[in-house]
Amino acid sequence: MTAVQATGLGKRYGRRWALSDCTLSIPSGRVVGLVGPNGAGKTTLLHLASGLIEPTSGQIDVLGDQPGSAPDALARVGFLAQESPVYARLTVAQHLQMGRWLNPAWDDGFAARRLDELDLDPRRRAGTLSGGQRAQLALTLAVAKRPELLLLDEPVASLDPLARRDFLSTLMEVVATREVSIVLSSHLIADLERVCDYLVVLVAGRVALVGDVEELLAAHCRLSGPRRDAADLPAGQIVIEASHVDRQSTLIVRTDGPVLDPAWSVTPLTLEDLVLAYLRRARDDGAERSSDALAVSR
Amino acid sequence: MIEFHLDPTSGVATYLQLVQQVHQALRLGLLEPGDRLPTAQQVVAALAINPNTVLKAYRDLEREGLVRARPGLGTFVIGTLPRTDPTAQARYRRSLATWLRSARSAGLDADEIEAIYRSAVRDCFSEGVA
Repeated sequence: MTAVQATGLGKRYGRRWALSDCTLSIPSGRVVGLVGPNGAGKTTLLHLASGLIEPTSGQIDVLGDQPGSAPDALARVGFLAQESPVYARLTVAQHLQMGRWLNPAWDDGFAARRLDELDLDPRRRAGTLSGGQRAQLALTLAVAKRPELLLLDEPVASLDPLARRDFLSTLMEVVATREVSIVLSSHLIADLERVCDYLVVLVAGRVALVGDVEELLAAHCRLSGPRRDAADLPAGQIVIEASHVDRQSTLIVRTDGPVLDPAWSVTPLTLEDLVLAYLRRARDDGAERSSDALAVSR
Repeated sequence: MIEFHLDPTSGVATYLQLVQQVHQALRLGLLEPGDRLPTAQQVVAALAINPNTVLKAYRDLEREGLVRARPGLGTFVIGTLPRTDPTAQARYRRSLATWLRSARSAGLDADEIEAIYRSAVRDCFSEGVA
């Protein structure tokens, strides 16, 4: 089954399209990293998937249902908004009480065990918790609801390195022990490299790259060698990014087979290299498109 | 039991780092047949990595005949790797030192020597793989 299936999905706010013509399919059981510059549409996509907002165009299915269409559909999806919102005046115990009341499949044992491991005093008001503790509380609530899909919007952005590591450890333990699909957005690609096995890169409201992380890394490499025109590469090699100096060319290519040309020295890419190459390509394409539009309008 | 660690700057895939650390532990005698490897959940909690990465590493080790997964109990070491022979190590170290001195006196600097070493290692260990 697919966790998220979007077809021609778009969302417009006033005259601005926050997301446009987004078509992607995310298999279930994966940990999906959602990457892109600010304003790329990551939060909009997560809000659409959680059923908080409705699309302007196209369609989105989450776990085979329209998001938020029925109580059952709501119960199967967990959503953790940016900055891990909690109720500042309620205590930790009251948050759990609320979770118990509001969620039919609530896992009280998990929630209690988790708070114990975190050493969180149930009598404390959530407003007095540190950022890391607040994030852990919010994650505990989201997981105890037993969702089949958990959406997290930049869950670690405001955390210090230790709290971030703890948060991701908890999240990965959840993945190891439950059948749950995860989509998390982040700017921290080094974190995503550790935890994600699927990647979605969004730029300016569109999908720039999507796929299994390992397959994507295997299909891309950096070629460096004597200067030459990127156009005379074999058919199976697509240039994602090219830079040339006097006598040397460095290309990042997508290739469907091994690179045989001995003139190239071939090095593998890190996830960060890969993401940056696609972000730059999308930015440059966008600049070209708008200068084309300018030329036409003149 | 061993503890895994990661070197994010090594450029080596995470699952491969885990595999290599088990190899290393077997060579050094830190792991012996009958020993249990940490569970995926333990590794994941310690390193904050995707559980599938751990499972993939364990599957590789299983294919090599070094470990066996026993459902519900864990993953156990069943194979051994030859212990590193210290006299052989010393011998190759000496012959490498001789080679290094001769390369240096021929005018090669440390960077060039490292580049030669790295590409030779790559060539040597990719023979028969491709």
